[in-house]
Amino acid sequence: MIQLSFVEHQYPEGSHIVFPDWEIQRGAKWLILGKSGSGKTTLLHILSGLLCPVSGKVEIEDTSLYQLKARNLDRFRGSKIGLVFQQPHFISSLTIRENLAIAQKFAGFPESRPRINEVLESLSIAGKAASFPQQLSQGQLQRASIARAVINRPALLIADEPTSSLDDDNAATALKLLFTQSEENGATLVVATHDQRIRPAFTNLYQL
Amino acid sequence: MNIVAISWKNLKLKPLNTALNILLVAFGTGILVLLLLASSQIGEKMEHNSKDIDLVVGAKGSPLQLVLSSIYYIDFPTGNILLKDAQRVMRDPAVKKAVPLALGDNYNGIRIVGTDSNFIDLYDLKLQSGRFWHSDFEATIGAAVALDQNLKIGDNFFGAHGLTGSADVHKSHAYKVTGILEAQGSVADDLILTSVRSVWKMHDHVGHDHDHHDHEQTDNGEKELTSLLIRYRSPLSAALFPRMINETTNMQAASPAQESTRLFSLIGIGIDTLQWFALMIMVIAGISVFVSLYNALKERAYDLAIMRSIGASRPVIFAIVISEGLAMTFIGSVLGIFLAHLSLQLISCYQEGSQTRFNGLIFINSELLVLAAGLLTGMVSSVIPALRAYQADISRILAGK
Repeated sequence: MIQLSFVEHQYPEGSHIVFPDWEIQRGAKWLILGKSGSGKTTLLHILSGLLCPVSGKVEIEDTSLYQLKARNLDRFRGSKIGLVFQQPHFISSLTIRENLAIAQKFAGFPESRPRINEVLESLSIAGKAASFPQQLSQGQLQRASIARAVINRPALLIADEPTSSLDDDNAATALKLLFTQSEENGATLVVATHDQRIRPAFTNLYQL
Repeated sequence: MNIVAISWKNLKLKPLNTALNILLVAFGTGILVLLLLASSQIGEKMEHNSKDIDLVVGAKGSPLQLVLSSIYYIDFPTGNILLKDAQRVMRDPAVKKAVPLALGDNYNGIRIVGTDSNFIDLYDLKLQSGRFWHSDFEATIGAAVALDQNLKIGDNFFGAHGLTGSADVHKSHAYKVTGILEAQGSVADDLILTSVRSVWKMHDHVGHDHDHHDHEQTDNGEKELTSLLIRYRSPLSAALFPRMINETTNMQAASPAQESTRLFSLIGIGIDTLQWFALMIMVIAGISVFVSLYNALKERAYDLAIMRSIGASRPVIFAIVISEGLAMTFIGSVLGIFLAHLSLQLISCYQEGSQTRFNGLIFINSELLVLAAGLLTGMVSSVIPALRAYQADISRILAGK
């Protein structure tokens, strides 16, 4: 279960945002909907342990995120949270397989080639394992980005504007992949977007 | 995949930039190590070859030239001294041992030294095979001479007039190799030793051109020597004996210790200048590494933020940037050390006087200090970029702000 209670954030320029309390059941699929600048990305970063709120509590599977020491928080993020960004970005000096391998290593898991192959196959990009990111198409990169997010079987899969820059067909495919992968890996899915096209796919809505 | 592997792959992404930094470090390190090796080997050879010689007595002229020609065999002698004057010095109570030297001929650039058995004692010479010279025109050759010239016991060869070159060959008499010395690690390895009488006899014939100073007989037939290597009976002699020679005879006395120090102070200026030059290159290399890493940070900010988002801690990010700086300077330093040894070995191949031949295969402890200095340069150059990467606000970077 994921819980947000009394979470407030202050931006460096002085503005302030209070997030409504939130409780997410394990395996649920939620959509955070809001206009640009409404605080969607900020909320996702707070949820993923990247941005410490000025007050409030974030709990993921009974672990209070911001009470963890920095190193443990990093490791927790690596092992329990998978992140998919609007623009898929990879370490350009490493192959796709190596990008996935370091995601395992940084999370504190041993490098598992069978697991990497399994995830890449499930996303139909196994043939690109030895390729460098710059050799992949945008669609393949988006799939690889999902692969990296689920490689450690996270409890929470977070996607920030995963469909905003895609056409209808590709947006539908990306969303389908996120649904499938979160289900296959037993992860809770939280998607933040201002893209109204994907709203009908979700029953749980968190409006900002 | 570990931190070093990630760093290395990052470096390989910009091969030209990385290669330039490595080359700069290698250049600086290489010059430093080359200077260290050369000074160390020159110093050691000088000390080794002159350790039991308190004084050199020879013809008036430059004392440094006298020492260089009589102990290290790397310059022309200042002239000759009369045998009778030399004998007076040899009989002086202050002198424990006096080794006569008669120079003037060479064989393929190798000096032929007329001397006596005191030379054997002075350098504690041992034979590898055969025996020491005894009769006229018998020669005992150094181990390096035997190897380089492919001379064996029983071989004959002709000496040539002068200390280098083979234009004026003494065809009247041939030297015969009677013995080969064990490798001594001293000048003796690169000399041909014979009796003083052999050198005299070699020049004792009609029609010989006496234009040079390096002959062993005056025009009126008086015997001459090139110089004497002296050991004092007592250290107290050092105070009076050289002054006596310099003031009361037409010879000069030169102290190897003093002249070696003077030589080092002369070449020291050049070495110091080169060392500063090398250090300057190292500083430039450090700045270049810093600029590369710092600029790369801007391009790689998102890379590093992604690493943090998948679980890399701040210390890991710090270590990745530091190890990139260290990798470049480590490779550069090792390459520099290798190039310095290679250069020294190549220089040794082209050295004429084998007495001062360098050895590129000798390693010295100071090289570890140079390696450490190289790594320190890498550490210092990368610490600011690494700290910036450590402190980066990943949330802002990922949000594209």
